[in-house]
Amino acid sequence: MKVKVLCRNPDDYVRETTRDIQRVPRNYDPTLHPFEVPREYTRAMNATKLERVFAKPFVAALDGHRDAVNCMAKHPTSLSTLLSGSCDGEVKVWNLPTKKCVRTLQAHEGFVRGMCARFCGTSFFTVGDDKTIKQWKMEAPGYGEEEEPLNMILGKTVYTGIDHHQKEGVFATCGQQVDIWDEQRSSPIRSFTWGVDSVSCVRFNPVETELLASCASDRSIILYDMREATPLQKVIMNMRSNTLCWNPMEAYIFTCANEDYHLYTYDMRQLSMPIVMHSDHVSAVLDVDYSPTGKEFVSASFDKTIRIFPEKKSHSRSVYHTKRMQHVICVKWSLDNKYIMTGSDEMNIRLWKANASEKLGLLTTREKQAQNYSQKLKQKFQHHPQIRRITRHRHLPREIYSQRKELHVMKEARRRKPEVQLMCSERSGTALSPSKKKLSNVPSLLVSFFLKCKVLLAHHRS
Amino acid sequence: MTREGKYVKYVSRMMTSAVGVVFVGREEKKKKKTTSKMADAMGSKPAETHVGKEKRKSATKRYWQNTELNDPVKTEDRNHEKDSENHETSENKTERKKKRKHGPQGKKFISGKKDPFPGPAPVPEEKIRKFQRGQTSIVANDMFSDGSEILKSTLKDAEETSKLATEKAARFDLLLSEDAGFLEADEGEETCTIAQDDIADAVDITSGTKYFNLSLTQFGPYRLDYTRNGRHLLLGGRRGHVSCFDWHSKQLMCEINVMETVNDVKWLHSEAMFAVAQKKWLYIYDNTGIELHCIRRFNDVLRMQFLPYHFLLATASATGFLQYLDVSVGKQVAATCTKAGRLDVMAQNPYNAIIHLGHPTGVVTLWSPNQREPLVKMLCHRGGVRSIAVDKTGTYMVTSGLDRKLKVFDIRAFRPLQSYFLPAGASCLSLSQRGLLSACTGDIVQVYKDVWGTPVKKPYMAHRVRGAVWGAQFCPFEDVLGIGHGEGFTSMIVPGAGEPNFDGLDSNPYRSVKQRQEWEVKALLEKIQPELISLDPDQLCKVDRATWEQRHQERVKQLGYDPLAKEKFTPRHKGKGRSSSGNIEKRKRQVAHEDQRELIRQTVEEKLAKEKEIKEKEKKKAQQGQRSALDRFKK
Repeated sequence: MKVKVLCRNPDDYVRETTRDIQRVPRNYDPTLHPFEVPREYTRAMNATKLERVFAKPFVAALDGHRDAVNCMAKHPTSLSTLLSGSCDGEVKVWNLPTKKCVRTLQAHEGFVRGMCARFCGTSFFTVGDDKTIKQWKMEAPGYGEEEEPLNMILGKTVYTGIDHHQKEGVFATCGQQVDIWDEQRSSPIRSFTWGVDSVSCVRFNPVETELLASCASDRSIILYDMREATPLQKVIMNMRSNTLCWNPMEAYIFTCANEDYHLYTYDMRQLSMPIVMHSDHVSAVLDVDYSPTGKEFVSASFDKTIRIFPEKKSHSRSVYHTKRMQHVICVKWSLDNKYIMTGSDEMNIRLWKANASEKLGLLTTREKQAQNYSQKLKQKFQHHPQIRRITRHRHLPREIYSQRKELHVMKEARRRKPEVQLMCSERSGTALSPSKKKLSNVPSLLVSFFLKCKVLLAHHRS
Repeated sequence: MTREGKYVKYVSRMMTSAVGVVFVGREEKKKKKTTSKMADAMGSKPAETHVGKEKRKSATKRYWQNTELNDPVKTEDRNHEKDSENHETSENKTERKKKRKHGPQGKKFISGKKDPFPGPAPVPEEKIRKFQRGQTSIVANDMFSDGSEILKSTLKDAEETSKLATEKAARFDLLLSEDAGFLEADEGEETCTIAQDDIADAVDITSGTKYFNLSLTQFGPYRLDYTRNGRHLLLGGRRGHVSCFDWHSKQLMCEINVMETVNDVKWLHSEAMFAVAQKKWLYIYDNTGIELHCIRRFNDVLRMQFLPYHFLLATASATGFLQYLDVSVGKQVAATCTKAGRLDVMAQNPYNAIIHLGHPTGVVTLWSPNQREPLVKMLCHRGGVRSIAVDKTGTYMVTSGLDRKLKVFDIRAFRPLQSYFLPAGASCLSLSQRGLLSACTGDIVQVYKDVWGTPVKKPYMAHRVRGAVWGAQFCPFEDVLGIGHGEGFTSMIVPGAGEPNFDGLDSNPYRSVKQRQEWEVKALLEKIQPELISLDPDQLCKVDRATWEQRHQERVKQLGYDPLAKEKFTPRHKGKGRSSSGNIEKRKRQVAHEDQRELIRQTVEEKLAKEKEIKEKEKKKAQQGQRSALDRFKK
């Protein structure tokens, strides 16, 4: 007789001393782990619910400005520094970890219209209502020294925006025209005009560094090449765009914040149609900024909320609001992809988490693993109705909630109208051609090379 | 039993246990020494050798060699394999030499030699198959040939990840430390004739102690239940005696007499609580014997099953009710009247948490808490069903009936596989983790091996206990069959019954209190909702292919009306006496059958056209019929 009976030595399965960690022998045999899918589903459901429970995005409010915050700038090398300019001409430098203002300077009379930091982080530029461009040192003046700009240029017209080149000592301003300046000179090295309207925003492309884009108040977006004498292309939309932002990862993609409550993402190479129309706001969109990964962007709106959109999605992933936050004028996404800064009408700067339920601070390995696991589970079961319902649910203030409903009704009516008309007309039976349908959705109109030529000709004639 | 008596007993147990700890420690040390000596002694006697003590004559095979060599002929006899083992290994050696000489694609070392085993070691195919889930190679199908590139690449990525996971799991499987037990008879001997005493003598002392008898003659016969990790045992005597103990260390946890008939006992999710189905109501006790709950909604319970992942206690009662109790919140989840009389045969399918009930008509019904009617009704026997057992993969169901037959069904396809005739019939069926079946007839317990494969002629093991068997269950993760009978309890050694390697996060026999508490929290967090119980537990991750019509029909059935049906026309109320009933009726008639008017018009037109055609034909015919004889000259 040959016999063997299972006999385990407890020493192999029990820890030796109480200081040891417990031994956990594993066996991944699927038959020992029944109900794999329902258990994973339950875990995914729990993870989704916990995500909503821990979604507390608000981190801090920085107060100190004595008028509405009109513009902000990120420090290119220091994550802890933020610059902000207000409507009374004051510029403040903030230390974010301590949530304190480290420096205040009276930069302009009237509004600070725009500001940007130099790519090396040693100085920053401001433009204001007093028709000046000022360059300031990033460091505070020493004891006994007076707060003085490094450099000051007095222009003829009001400047409404400024942006600095990514690599060279060149910056661009906008106002009645777009000017390219050399830091060493007091007059612009190049000026672009196309039409007579004023330009509200100008932005350098962070990848293709010689390219610029601007939004003008004649509802157009104009693209420029710094090396050329004339602008490149122009798109005229149905309503005015307030600002635009380039995708920092994909050189040819930019998003503009429009007055018609929507944001439009364009491919520079094909401006006839936007790639995506992002809609969720219920009032004019005032500012937009991309995350450094280029996967998402944040938009600030007149409806007192900010929304975070995935780059390719037409609806927002998340919406942030508080009772006290008024019209949000400017927004920035921090360069470590973790925070969002907003400046609003009621003089406060607010700091938000980019991912509402993220745990801040150092994570242990086990925490990280657990997070990754729940992330994967959520992704796996994202289309199940219960889980989708919970992930999508957001609380909205009552006005915004009702306004959204109203807008939806209006949109539906607009969609239905041609169909109803066709149905009632004599030609009933012939369906709307798909191309027509598509066209009716196009919000903008391309003015391409031909128009550009025409305009140029007109200029020459006059 | 009075409370004081309990208290005294409790104190005395405390004392004994405290002393016992010291003793056990010493004893174990002694035992270890003795066993090692004994092993030495036994090793010197080749006649008495058993496994592990045999000297290895040839070089051990590496696990991958097995697959490389016999690809098509895998199902060879073990004996035959052993005979040819030497031969094969010699072949291997020559091959390896060849490889070394010529060098496969291995890297060159500085010494000029090449790696004889380049790359990672291959994993046997059947090991990989064990860990495979669902179907593979979706991308290879032409289904997505015209689909988007993104979809294709995502699918491809997902498949690669799952492939990697499978391979890693299979590789990890090779590292598992324990091997399953077995029993082999000498030539001219049957395994079923080997007595328990002989086995207990032959194996090591710790394993030998797993064969024991508890003589409890007063309150029997006994029902029993092991915890899910196989560590604790619960005994319930018909005449009210309930006791639970850690059967490894034989340490008593509690012993009470409920002073009532006990129909069934069941552990709940851990060894902290158990349920007792008493004469009238269902009671829940903790492991010190304190009554926690008396659940009066559950009356006359005869059999119980606990669904560990759902935290559901399913009970079958003498009144024909199947009830589910959620033990995590204490709520009754479902109560179904089976309309099948007394329910005293019950089993659960551990694969999908479906409850199987056996009835006196020979029918086995399958139940989920979500449906009032049985999911499946199977006619299994020509007499009443006596006992049911379902294997852990949910593939096979074994039933025994009053017609003295033992039948094996494939319950995925609902197909009978095998049918055996047992002269005395069988009761108390139980399946072990590795597929051994125990069947009891009177006071004899028989264990069968692989009943669903080739037809079995003889039992694997047999054992006679002192009284009629009342309950039998294999202990999880141990080679032990627990038998409750009229004269007490017998623990029988059945080599090869238990799964050798447990998973520490799922059910760990050696877990500490802290580990148990942590596990409890985690298990409660991932409690599966009772709504998810269905015949196919993987349904959640499958595509719902129901058509719109099907879904609509279901909705209509659920609501009781068709939500999409056209609204009935109700005439607007008009003032100034224009809404008299006659007027309303008139207006209704104006739009009556409006949806059918087009159809009616068409049919009428068709009818008219047909009539016209017929008339014309007749006309022609009539004209032809008027021909005179002189017409033939017309030309």
